[in-house]
Amino acid sequence: MPAPESGPGPDGALARLAGVTHRYGEVVALERFDLEVRAGEVLAVLGPNGAGKTTAIRLLLGALAVQEGQVRVFGGAPGAAEARLRRGAMLQTSGVPETLTVREHLELFTAYYPAPLPIGRLLAVAGLEEIEARRFGALSGGQKQRLFFALALAGDPELVFLDEPTAGLDLDGRLRLWDEIRQLREAGRAAVLTTHYLEEADALADRVAVVHRGALIAEGEPAEIKRRVAGRVLRCSTRLEEEEAKSLPGVVRVSRRGRRLDLLTSQPEAALRRMFALDPDLGDLTVEGAGLEEAFLSLTRDESPPEVR
Amino acid sequence: MSANAAARGSALRLPVSQRILLYLLETRAQFLGVWRRPAFSVPTLAFPVMFYVFFGIVMAPRGFSTAAPTYLLATYGVFAVLAPSLFGFGVGVAAERDSGALALKQTTPMPAGAYFFARVATALLFGVLLVTVLFLLGAYAGGVTLYRGQWFLLAGAILAGVLPFSALGLMIGSWARGQAAVAIVNVVFLPMALLSGLWFPIAMFPDSLQGAANLFPAYHLSQLALKVVALDAGQPPAVHLAVLAGESVVFLAVAALGFRRFAAA
Repeated sequence: MPAPESGPGPDGALARLAGVTHRYGEVVALERFDLEVRAGEVLAVLGPNGAGKTTAIRLLLGALAVQEGQVRVFGGAPGAAEARLRRGAMLQTSGVPETLTVREHLELFTAYYPAPLPIGRLLAVAGLEEIEARRFGALSGGQKQRLFFALALAGDPELVFLDEPTAGLDLDGRLRLWDEIRQLREAGRAAVLTTHYLEEADALADRVAVVHRGALIAEGEPAEIKRRVAGRVLRCSTRLEEEEAKSLPGVVRVSRRGRRLDLLTSQPEAALRRMFALDPDLGDLTVEGAGLEEAFLSLTRDESPPEVR
Repeated sequence: MSANAAARGSALRLPVSQRILLYLLETRAQFLGVWRRPAFSVPTLAFPVMFYVFFGIVMAPRGFSTAAPTYLLATYGVFAVLAPSLFGFGVGVAAERDSGALALKQTTPMPAGAYFFARVATALLFGVLLVTVLFLLGAYAGGVTLYRGQWFLLAGAILAGVLPFSALGLMIGSWARGQAAVAIVNVVFLPMALLSGLWFPIAMFPDSLQGAANLFPAYHLSQLALKVVALDAGQPPAVHLAVLAGESVVFLAVAALGFRRFAAA
């Protein structure tokens, strides 16, 4: 892929959400939400289901009308003709007619653009060469996702939106798509990737934006985000009081049910040493990695941005 | 910004040759999408032909007159273009909304015109195919004799039905979800065909039903086709044209509302 001809807009961002609030009836999907996509970067938008990731993507694609705030893509409206030409998208819920072949779909989508990537390149980039004559309905889940990926690249875009591209894929399919997204980044393309796997954001992104309940709760390089959410959950039977547990090193959250105490800490070793010192009879101990949900909770506790509800 | 934008602005427009290619490829995709689905293409093609052979030729009253094969050639012709238009738009658009295929296309620079052109052209291709088969059957097996000008005018009248029927289909497809759209299209399709007199001459119906037929676009289109062979009920063609145009406008307006509601969801 050649390097993109035109760089970012005058403000240095390819795409931007500024002060965006979006509601579906009573439900607030995004609240005073800011996000910026810079030229040449892979930005991962990380969050649990229902965090507002897809709403943000749909606003950036011009598929949803902006209710409050500002949405700009390439310095213009997100649904403008220019934005459609210069970006590609892979949607979370996507389809194409089942009875057309891989090649027929690519022939159609490349015809939409004045300077598309050659079909041979698209087949190669997405690893579809051997199945180009196969009908969409006969493809595996991973092959379908790779075709959607190729369709997103049909117009040789400067910016690609990938809404949970690896959802529902097996490990092999996921790793193959990761490779293809990495190639995109090496070619200097910008991409916005939504995911609920920290691991995926870490593997692919230059920058991670963590979204929870419609708000941006953390933003930074993957290593930094990982460090901040790398907590452990300690579960044990103990006579330690909740108040005492809360003052242990790195503890973010404590819950007690009878003699069972669960706590989430960013410094598990130090916390355990103190716990054994305070209660030598402590037993039934398990230590688990915090799931993403717990990690998000710890982030919301740490930062407690006032707008999070 | 200005020089850059101007350069980019000119790149926004596809050259005419590529624009034509785009419309052709969109039509090919649409046509093959339907053609390769036997559950849709076989009944669409087979039913009008079977019905015509059975009622228009085999069962037609024998005698000196070829009025029955001629009359039914016009009405089964209309019946033949009804299905691809109604199903192509009604069921097709609803299914593409459900599957996300429409949303995906909307992220691309595909001109909206290409989408509608491809569907109308597909319905028209099915229509041309069916009209050809029906006319050959009518002429060689049914003994239908018409002036050359009448054959062409009859084909034109029948094929013009693609427009109002597509508008009706689009209205259904813009509001209903996938499986509901199939049900609604069938509920519209079969009774309208029957009550418009596409299967049996409208004159065989009781007066009240004959009056009710005036509601349906298929009735007005079949009357135009029958006028070509001088077997119509005698209303002026301007009335039929006005009703067809008016109903099409209403269908399209309701469809536009449906799409707006879909876009807001």
